[in-house]
Amino acid sequence: MTPLLFVLLAFVVSVVAGTLGALLGLGGGLLIIPALTLWFHVDIRYAIGASIVSVIATSSGAAVTYVRDRLTNLRVAMVLELATTTGAMTGAYLAGRVGSKTLYLIFGVVMAYSAVMMFRKLGHDESRPARRAPWADWLRLHSSYYDEALSREIPYRVSGTRIGLGLMYVAGIVSGLLGIGSGALKVPAMDLAMGLPLKVSAATSNFMIGVTAAASAGVYFMRGDIDPFVAGPVAVGVLLGAQAGVRLLGRLESRSIRIVFILLLLWVSTQMLLKGART
Amino acid sequence: MRNVERAISNVLRIGVLASIGFILVGILVTFAHHPSYLVTPGDLDRLTHPGAAVPRTVGDVLRDAAALQGHAIVALGLLILIATPLARVLVSIFAFVAERDRTYVLITSLVLLLLLLSFALGGILG
Repeated sequence: MTPLLFVLLAFVVSVVAGTLGALLGLGGGLLIIPALTLWFHVDIRYAIGASIVSVIATSSGAAVTYVRDRLTNLRVAMVLELATTTGAMTGAYLAGRVGSKTLYLIFGVVMAYSAVMMFRKLGHDESRPARRAPWADWLRLHSSYYDEALSREIPYRVSGTRIGLGLMYVAGIVSGLLGIGSGALKVPAMDLAMGLPLKVSAATSNFMIGVTAAASAGVYFMRGDIDPFVAGPVAVGVLLGAQAGVRLLGRLESRSIRIVFILLLLWVSTQMLLKGART
Repeated sequence: MRNVERAISNVLRIGVLASIGFILVGILVTFAHHPSYLVTPGDLDRLTHPGAAVPRTVGDVLRDAAALQGHAIVALGLLILIATPLARVLVSIFAFVAERDRTYVLITSLVLLLLLLSFALGGILG
């Protein structure tokens, strides 16, 4: 493969990763790392470096539009970022102290459980009884968004703020330990525990992963893990792909997004469990 | 809240466009300096494995980019991209100050503090 062909192919793969990432609220590393290492034989260090850049690219690229169109719940994001950043620091501290086998197995089981819970919510999407929510009231987390697919404004109430903070702390630990954006944990936490509509959960998770990834990316850069020749085309591809993902999220019905998300959770969960069984 | 949203969206847009611009120019410069990259398959291994030209400090990047080295111009675009989320946290603090929203000024400042702390810790541990 010539360097030119590599740049073009890495760009195309990244457009796909950026589209999926922006649509589902994930970083896209799940696609970037295997594609770079298995298809293009890029060194794993540089693949991980490019993947952390892709998380930031998905986040910033999609958030330009999600924030402007008020799909991102900024207050929820700011409050939960307290927990994810603290968790990420705990994770960095724990790294090396917890066996990766245990970690992969726990992560795999949690993802499988989330998939089942999200599947059970398929029938009665976005309708839930109002619960008492003193924390969310005090923090003014309730909001509304304009759903393009339904062509109307959807108001929603947030609850379970403390459970949400706890789950985000755990998601932060996983990010710190495994070096991933952990959007696959953040989206179900907001969707299932806090009662945010799925589209708002995806947009808000998207917004949050960029901040955590930026902190790690600085370290990766200083370590010399970010190879411009690999990460450059990936960043541009993901930034452009994210624009397509944003359009898709607006137009698709929540139900379809939920189905894609459940399939992805099942796939990742299987991968994690297999990795845990092998190590 | 409207102003906060507009401010954040604008910061992100500027960061994203600037980084795309630098990365694309850098890639073009790289290929212009090394025409063999267009046709020789052997070069790829050297570019994607340890030993590749990877700048590690902001100083390196700025100096080499000023000397119009392709990989450093790409790296400059990547650095802008990495700095964008931090810039948006900073801008949201100011935006919440302008809205006189004390609770969220406090929350967002704490997030920034935690970020800087994890960055510092990462620098020591990493």
